Amino acid sequence: MATEKIEATGITLGTWEEDARGPSDLSLAIRDLLRRPTALFGFLCLIFVIVWALVPEWFAPMDPYRQNLDITLKAPGYVDSNGFTYWAGTDQLGRDLLSRIIWGSRVSLIVGFVAVLISGAIGITLGLVAGFYGGIVDTIISRIIDIALSVPFILLAMSIVAILGPSLQNVILAMAIRTWIVYARPIRGAVLSAKEYEYIVGARATGCRTPRILIRHLLPNVLSTAIVIATLYLGRMIIIEASLSFLGVGVPPPTPAWGGMLADGRSYLDTAWWIAVFPGLALMLVVLGINLFGDWIRDVLDPRMKRLAD
Amino acid sequence: MRGYIIRRLLQSFIVIKGVLLIVFFMLQMTGDPAGVLMPEDSDEEDIAEFRKEMGFDLPIHIQYVNFLIGYKESKGVLRGDFGFSFRQELPALGIVLEHFPATVLLAFASVLIATLISIPAGVLSAVYRNTWIDHFSTVGAMLGQSMPGFWLGLLFIMFFAVKLEWLPTSGSEGFEYLVLPALTAGLYATARLTRLVRSGMLEVLGSDYIQTARSKGLIESVVVFRHALKNASIPVVTLIGLELGILLGGTVVVEVVFSWPGVGYLVVDSINSQDYPVVQAAVALLATCFVIVNLGVDLLYAWLDPRIAYK
Repeated sequence: MATEKIEATGITLGTWEEDARGPSDLSLAIRDLLRRPTALFGFLCLIFVIVWALVPEWFAPMDPYRQNLDITLKAPGYVDSNGFTYWAGTDQLGRDLLSRIIWGSRVSLIVGFVAVLISGAIGITLGLVAGFYGGIVDTIISRIIDIALSVPFILLAMSIVAILGPSLQNVILAMAIRTWIVYARPIRGAVLSAKEYEYIVGARATGCRTPRILIRHLLPNVLSTAIVIATLYLGRMIIIEASLSFLGVGVPPPTPAWGGMLADGRSYLDTAWWIAVFPGLALMLVVLGINLFGDWIRDVLDPRMKRLAD
Repeated sequence: MRGYIIRRLLQSFIVIKGVLLIVFFMLQMTGDPAGVLMPEDSDEEDIAEFRKEMGFDLPIHIQYVNFLIGYKESKGVLRGDFGFSFRQELPALGIVLEHFPATVLLAFASVLIATLISIPAGVLSAVYRNTWIDHFSTVGAMLGQSMPGFWLGLLFIMFFAVKLEWLPTSGSEGFEYLVLPALTAGLYATARLTRLVRSGMLEVLGSDYIQTARSKGLIESVVVFRHALKNASIPVVTLIGLELGILLGGTVVVEVVFSWPGVGYLVVDSINSQDYPVVQAAVALLATCFVIVNLGVDLLYAWLDPRIAYK
């Protein structure tokens, strides 16, 4: 037992050895999350939509593909002859808008998460390699980054999808091809400074091979930077996927996608506002949730950034 | 400084050549450029003949060189020859250049809106940090960043054009047609800039010379505007420049929503009709603009803050 009494003062220090360890990082982070209403709101939005995307059949009141040309463009709250209420109204083919919005979360989240993962993997690898090796390798990778950066993102993604054909895989590919650079650049910078640290020099001195240094020593060091970037880009990826669908080069219809639904709504702005409003609202809430939650992750992982932001 | 300028010019040249490589591969990615460029009803024999005529049967690196400097009748993209548009049977670059002024106008108008809103908002929320002004502008910026541009555009049309009938829904016949597209593209940029102005101001406001200025007894408005904003404006100027570069290529979706006849609108239209020479010319032009704007911004930055050139 580590209870100790300081003779001169008579103060009992209690179980200092156990207390010194304190609460874990995770529990501190969760405590912080519960104290921040914006971050908590973001977290709940994200969880909510992830559950939607995982099991849309539990939430969607109707089959999102079922057309009924007798009840096209009905306003929100419309009740059909069977007593079924269309809470978000119907679209131009008489499909239930709410069900389509719920199913549409799937495309957004799949594209967002997979594109972030793929571009992250490419960007981290190239950033590590460029920063660690330097010299000609670094020059080549840096120039490729400059080149990719100067091509307008949406135009490039649109062209790629148009050439390869619209499908979920090609949309993800088109987005990952351009976004890896947002990881590669800062990670290259982080590696450039980290590789001068004594523990890396020490690892090399003890005969560590390069792949081991890269994966075991440098990667953990730059991972938090990568996660911070990923949280920033997840929302943007979802917006870009919706933009591609809106422009008609996203996931092909009739698969419900928020961007595609908004493109439909564009033709009915004066007669059926709900088609252009509700899918956009869902899109905005998800992205807002991700951004708010991402802010919190940034603060937890990188307190320096928080200081800068404040 | 001169060494820095030469280095940046060389870098920009390499980047533009790289962009042209991407543009070149766009057509190669289709698998059969000759088949794509010929009318849909052409038979195999015609396509084979066209392939030979255009040099698509040559090794790929030779094709790239030909693409750059020309082959037979083509003068090559380095001299601005991207071939002919199939739909209009006019030089592709010429068609793109016709649409270019509309995109430039929209980009400048959007940047102007973003600057006019974000600088006061950013300065106010830094000076009145953690008050309702700060919270209001932070929430506004967060909402602006989370809102897809094209959705905001649709809402604007629904409210200002359909419901209130104040402004036209689409087209480009006069100044009133510019308002909604410029607001839509500008507000997204505003959200980004406001946060950056705020953090730039906070950094400067915390520095020693501001403390000195305050301790000399200067009034707060002089400290904020004469001392802090002047120094915080160096990165802000470059950010505004970068924003302009981004907007030149990034107003595609807004142009489509408002049928604004810029390059983005043209590209979407051309992609849908598989008019690839126009798409290639447009991507090359917008990317080159981005590189030139960035170069200009970097040189401006080095001129405003001479320490940059020596790094």
